[in-house]
Amino acid sequence: MHTAVDLLKKQFASEIVEVVDYRGDTTVVVKPGRIRDICRFLRDDPTVAFKYLSVIAGLDYSPKSPRFAVAYNLYSHKNHDRLTLKVFLESDTAPVIDSVTSIWSTADWHEREAFDLFGIKFKGHPDLRRLLLPKDWSGYPLRKEYPTRGK
Amino acid sequence: METVKPIPQTETMVLNVGPQHPSTHGVLRVEVELDGEVIGRADPDIGYLHRGIEKLCEARTYHKCLPLMNRVDYLAGEVNNFGYCLAVEKLLGIEVPKRAQYIRVIMAEFTRIASHLFWMGTHGHDLGAMTPLFYGFREREKIMDLCEMVSGGRMFPLYFRIGGLAADLPEGFVAKAMEFVREFPDNWKDYDNLLTQNIIWKERTVGVATLTAEEAVDWGWSGPMARGSGVDWDLRRDNPYSSYEDFDFEVPLGTKAGDTYSRYLVRMQEMLQSNRILRQTLEKLPEGPIKVDDPRVSLPPKDKVYTDIAALINHFKLIQEGITPPAGEIYQAIEAPKGELGFYIVSDGSGQPFRVKIRTPSFVVLNATNKLATGRLFADLIAIIGTMDIVLADVDR
Repeated sequence: MHTAVDLLKKQFASEIVEVVDYRGDTTVVVKPGRIRDICRFLRDDPTVAFKYLSVIAGLDYSPKSPRFAVAYNLYSHKNHDRLTLKVFLESDTAPVIDSVTSIWSTADWHEREAFDLFGIKFKGHPDLRRLLLPKDWSGYPLRKEYPTRGK
Repeated sequence: METVKPIPQTETMVLNVGPQHPSTHGVLRVEVELDGEVIGRADPDIGYLHRGIEKLCEARTYHKCLPLMNRVDYLAGEVNNFGYCLAVEKLLGIEVPKRAQYIRVIMAEFTRIASHLFWMGTHGHDLGAMTPLFYGFREREKIMDLCEMVSGGRMFPLYFRIGGLAADLPEGFVAKAMEFVREFPDNWKDYDNLLTQNIIWKERTVGVATLTAEEAVDWGWSGPMARGSGVDWDLRRDNPYSSYEDFDFEVPLGTKAGDTYSRYLVRMQEMLQSNRILRQTLEKLPEGPIKVDDPRVSLPPKDKVYTDIAALINHFKLIQEGITPPAGEIYQAIEAPKGELGFYIVSDGSGQPFRVKIRTPSFVVLNATNKLATGRLFADLIAIIGTMDIVLADVDR
């Protein structure tokens, strides 16, 4: 189990939903409300020092509910290890979560991509608009109901 | 004396660079706001090469994703498959035999040299040095020939399989590869002579697009881009995979400045280090099988399929239903030529991946364009795009 898990349990006990260890990867499922605080804590804590955000991935678990999730993969140059934070979003129709662009600058495009392909809104993102698709595109291609072929 | 009146404030001009522009390395459009020749804002517009690879993967078996992965970063085709295969193998909880691991390292390091040569050639060409391109492509061609030897494909060898390799190395490969390794340091001197002390080259690159180590980490830079800013980090050394711990190599760091020239020096040295790894892998290449002996993952040998009913059933099951990893999710990253290439794969226990997220280095690096370009001259934008070593297929996926 990752040391960050103990720290998070101490600091954000009420936020943690589940901790999964699979094939050496630790995934901490947290509630969406205080994601920004959790991320800032993980970045600034000197023992875990997750100063590097590798990726933000949107997920669609349709038809399950809660349907949308966001996964953050963090890396520590100090300990050379990783941690995945995963958040299930409350709303199935208008998914929204706080942006972490103020914590890691690199979150900018990752969040825009998740907005573009999943329709997940990131509250507090300075410039949230479509990234890969044209701005007049309708629909969110990585949602499960979106067809893989055109009509 | 009459005081000189300040020049009245004029409007800024918005200029489109690309999507068809020779120095954008593919179909990249940058919307640049110019005040005279000074860049006020540079906003990259991407997606022209978006093929929806992540979506396509969800409708395919794990094996059928391999040709798609080849085309993520097309200048380093096999490296994408390397990362993807390792990720699926992690999901399955298997490890490929030692010989396959070594051969994968051989292919990956050859690809790294080829990718860096392409970068050196085009980057030099963008900034007005014509010759490095020709020298770079001379050696790159030899690597393409080696790729062709193992699988028939040059840009997209499609040689790796989940659980190992498609076939063993062909006869004569090791000798031909060794010949390349022996000659490469001398050829490398040609490039070094052309650029490293070249005054025009230095004028164009020193002090351009600087980023400190802290900023580079904040912007998610990895690989040579981060090392050019002095971030001492290489996944091959720090989180070794596929037997990289067996080899002796250094991780070159750039100058303190973290500028375009520093990144140039890093990539140049990396080519020599890759060559060093190649020599060791070729010398120490172990004998043995090239894929795991697991009927859930590896296809049975072809001659068995025609004569043995169990093998025939196994073959059909694997082709029709595919590999079925247990439900779970993993993240696997490798050191691609351009930086950290990561695969976040979620399995729901079926034969098709539930979600494949490809974290590509070019995508992340291009994000910082505005930060690097603002306040610099327009001509520097070309140097900035060149130093990022982006491939638009890698950005857009």
